[in-house]
Amino acid sequence: MDLSVINPILLIAALMSAATPILLAATGELVVERAGVLNLGVEGMMILGAICGFAIAVETGSPLTGFLAAAAGGALLSLLFALLTQVALANQVASGLALTLFGLGLSALLGQGYVGVKPPRMPDINFGFLTDIPITGPILFSHDPVLYFGLLLVAAVWATLKFTRVGLILRAVGENHDAAHALGYKVVRIRTLAIMFGGACAGMGGAYISLIRVPQWTEGMTAGVGWIALALVVFASWKPWRVLLGAYLFGGITQLQLNLQGAGVAIPVEYLAMSPYIITIVVLVILSADKSAAPGSLGRTFHASH
Amino acid sequence: MKLTTLLASAAVALGLAGGAYADGHEKTKVGFVFVGPIGDGGWTYEHNKGRLAVEEALGDAVETVYVENVAEGPDSERVMTQMALDGADLIFTTSFGYMDPTINIAKKFPDVKFEHATGYKRADNVSTYSARFYEGRAIQGHIAGKMTKSNIIGYIGSYPIPEVIRGINSAFIHAQKVNPDVEFRIVWAYTWFDPAKEADAAKVLIEQGADVVLQHTDSTAPQAAAQEAGNVVTFGQASDMGQYAPFPRVSSIIDDWAPYYIARTKAVMDGTWESTDTWDGIGPGMVGIGEISDAVPADVKEEALAMKAAIADGSYHPFTGPLKKQDGSDWLADGEVADDGTLAGMNFYVEGLTGEIPQ
Repeated sequence: MDLSVINPILLIAALMSAATPILLAATGELVVERAGVLNLGVEGMMILGAICGFAIAVETGSPLTGFLAAAAGGALLSLLFALLTQVALANQVASGLALTLFGLGLSALLGQGYVGVKPPRMPDINFGFLTDIPITGPILFSHDPVLYFGLLLVAAVWATLKFTRVGLILRAVGENHDAAHALGYKVVRIRTLAIMFGGACAGMGGAYISLIRVPQWTEGMTAGVGWIALALVVFASWKPWRVLLGAYLFGGITQLQLNLQGAGVAIPVEYLAMSPYIITIVVLVILSADKSAAPGSLGRTFHASH
Repeated sequence: MKLTTLLASAAVALGLAGGAYADGHEKTKVGFVFVGPIGDGGWTYEHNKGRLAVEEALGDAVETVYVENVAEGPDSERVMTQMALDGADLIFTTSFGYMDPTINIAKKFPDVKFEHATGYKRADNVSTYSARFYEGRAIQGHIAGKMTKSNIIGYIGSYPIPEVIRGINSAFIHAQKVNPDVEFRIVWAYTWFDPAKEADAAKVLIEQGADVVLQHTDSTAPQAAAQEAGNVVTFGQASDMGQYAPFPRVSSIIDDWAPYYIARTKAVMDGTWESTDTWDGIGPGMVGIGEISDAVPADVKEEALAMKAAIADGSYHPFTGPLKKQDGSDWLADGEVADDGTLAGMNFYVEGLTGEIPQ
């Protein structure tokens, strides 16, 4: 065992990158659930975003355009979910699961011509001299733009939900859609927009995997990240900063366990491999001991005549 | 009334199915169960190439079907059952984790022939086949030991099964032979195919100072990670992965299943198929060594090719004594060669490797 081979600075820098796909998807889902909709299709929207972003980035040579396409692809798929659940009043759980299956299949089909292709690389933001500062430089100032966008997104979602009128309306719709409707708010329209926001975020999260983290396209490459994002929202009690904490914790322990394995630590590998899941759940469960409950109308179907 | 109708129609259906079988259908149907997508660029990609070669070689006499991304374990039984019910005469199950499911399903379909890759359980209608990948690993180890400057070689393991452990030992023995200071860092990914996890594992190993990364997982993600790092050497696994040549990929182990698949399919057609255990290496051509690129110094390349020739003609065995086990106990005396039984069930590291094999 030789722990000195683990470089904590690189570890922290790596965990931020590893956590970003989960963070983006979970933040989007948080907004959706705060609006009272349970969309289990995160995995499907992520994988579709992964291939849309990848394909467009390869075709145009611009990773940024790729990310925009990924957001559009995710939002478009989520629109299908909105159509099913908000207009046709279908069951949200079943529709969400169907969305995941559909997304996995559609992405495999779209991606057939892109196996083994190398995408254009997104350059890290150049912070000039800031990058050269010891310790904080590599940790804070050595990343790609999307990672910073993820952090900004969390802050923006938090501020919007807490301080703005838009956030208040969204929460009202999520807590009690009948009351919100009685006040004259367009419940279906607001929820549809929230669902599309969630889809766009999930799509970008998927593209982060295919364009930056791996970077290549292979079928099913999101490998369950969407489900982790979903669970994270619940364990984080629908609070944006806790989503950030959970995502970093999960990403961090995933990276740490690989590092420990490489360093030959004498903990059985099975325990190391399960540790990210267990520790993230335990920490967030302890945090959620306060009385923050789920949005009141979460998962319930709304129709004005009911 | 309803029940009798149902029973009657079931009996008719059974009779028809039996009749169809007795007539012998015109085409021989060959099924393949794959653990990853056929586009993984590695393990499954090569098996699928073998499948296409069967189609090409035997033409209209044969029909092939495949199912990709089949999870190891109970789900694979469902896929095999469906293939057998659909009239497959021969089914290749191409991953270690399909071993018990293959045996289970083979019991239920005694007339269908099964071929399980990399396993060790056989039955009257189940053959096993594998390639001596460790022969290729020896050559990789030699090149890796010569190429590393940090003397740290990273190794991404999939599951701690004999096949993978054999590869680690073989690579380590030959790396250490040319570079006594070399150290192996091993990360178990617990997956055959998960690009994100494989990329993470490769990055962690590179961060820990590895400048050569060997992989025993199926995707090209570690190659991409090495390419981004810039100065890290990799080897193609199961397939050539030539899109990453000449650097970081400096050579590769290529599995060539085509001749075996064609021969076994022909055997089923002639009725000469028997349950066998095939384990071929570089000599018979089941294991190929991908072109050693110019990133490797000419003398190292020459040594590697000489070793390949010696392994192919049988004059050199990668596991030749004196060798000790990790705990220091003697394994092979000077000049002694490991027997296939020990190799097939290998569950120990050789001396010099650090860390423990997960149990």
